[in-house]
Amino acid sequence: MARRRGGRPARAKASAEKAAKTATPKEEAIEVEGMIVEPLPNAMFRVELTNGHRVLAHVSGKIRMHFIRILPGDRVLVELSPYDLTHGRITYRYK
Amino acid sequence: MITLKSPREIELMRRSGKITSSVLTALIKAVRPGMTTSELDRMAEEGIRQAGGVPTFKGYNGFPGSICASVNDEVVHGIPGTRILREGDLLSIDIGTTLDGYVSDSAVTVPVGTISAQARQLLDVTQECLTIGVAQMQAGKRVGDIGAAVQAHAERHGYGVVRELVGHGVGRSMHEEPQVPNYGEPGTGMELRPGLVLAVEPMITQGGPRIRILGDGWTVVTADGKLAAHFEHTIAVTESGPKILTLRDYAERPEIERYRPAREAIA
Repeated sequence: MARRRGGRPARAKASAEKAAKTATPKEEAIEVEGMIVEPLPNAMFRVELTNGHRVLAHVSGKIRMHFIRILPGDRVLVELSPYDLTHGRITYRYK
Repeated sequence: MITLKSPREIELMRRSGKITSSVLTALIKAVRPGMTTSELDRMAEEGIRQAGGVPTFKGYNGFPGSICASVNDEVVHGIPGTRILREGDLLSIDIGTTLDGYVSDSAVTVPVGTISAQARQLLDVTQECLTIGVAQMQAGKRVGDIGAAVQAHAERHGYGVVRELVGHGVGRSMHEEPQVPNYGEPGTGMELRPGLVLAVEPMITQGGPRIRILGDGWTVVTADGKLAAHFEHTIAVTESGPKILTLRDYAERPEIERYRPAREAIA
């Protein structure tokens, strides 16, 4: 029997969509799409952005609260601080 | 948590796999147009219990059957029922046995009667995907090598690789770590070590990779309604290479199950 990837797909997805709609970017954050390259300790991920840059991103509290699992290869929405473009916050996992 | 199995445990899992493979063989031979999937389910449960095992699927997260019977565009996890198999259908049978606490898990997709040449090709390629995936299971390789090999072979034929469902570690429970996707990058993921036992299960579609789950909460169908095929084995990584614990002594198409010549090493 095939295993379903990640945790609770249906519910996690619903709450992620809600989170994405209600999350307000803090202080002019730049929102970009990216793909998870590699998971790192402490809920951090290496994310390759669509513009080719690789940044270190941590998972937003809202995503953590809803137990949304993020795996290498997932497409995610990342907020970048305009002050430091090498660090970001993952605010939404697509699909 | 990932557990490595001792040779003693692998032997127990092989015994469990023996039941799975022999019952599955009986089911494959029994498939005929006009029968229902619940008939196969009953046969499976009887067969497993007679051999002293317990059907692993029954009651797993509330799953009602002892097998998953998935027809045509159903990829996996079809619930056995009153659906009547018709000439030309593709039937995927997925079965698991628990014996003395150890689980084995295996699946095949078989034709019901005569099928189209395109469907035949989908079956052959999916079986080849499994063969190729298993061949990657050498100690020192990585989980990503399995997925990459399966994906490359499926996509070369223009088929879709289902992403949402993955193979898995097997042992005392059916779904253990790690997850074994049927896609990936070579050289990434966990390193394979002797004692690791995995269920590798390519789920390949004739169309796109997208899937949908039906209202019953189980049945996974292709989003575009195209045919899907699914083959699975429980395989142990050993120092001398992969050992298939659920190998059947009956192959419909031995020429594409290329690991078969090594059978003597397993039996």
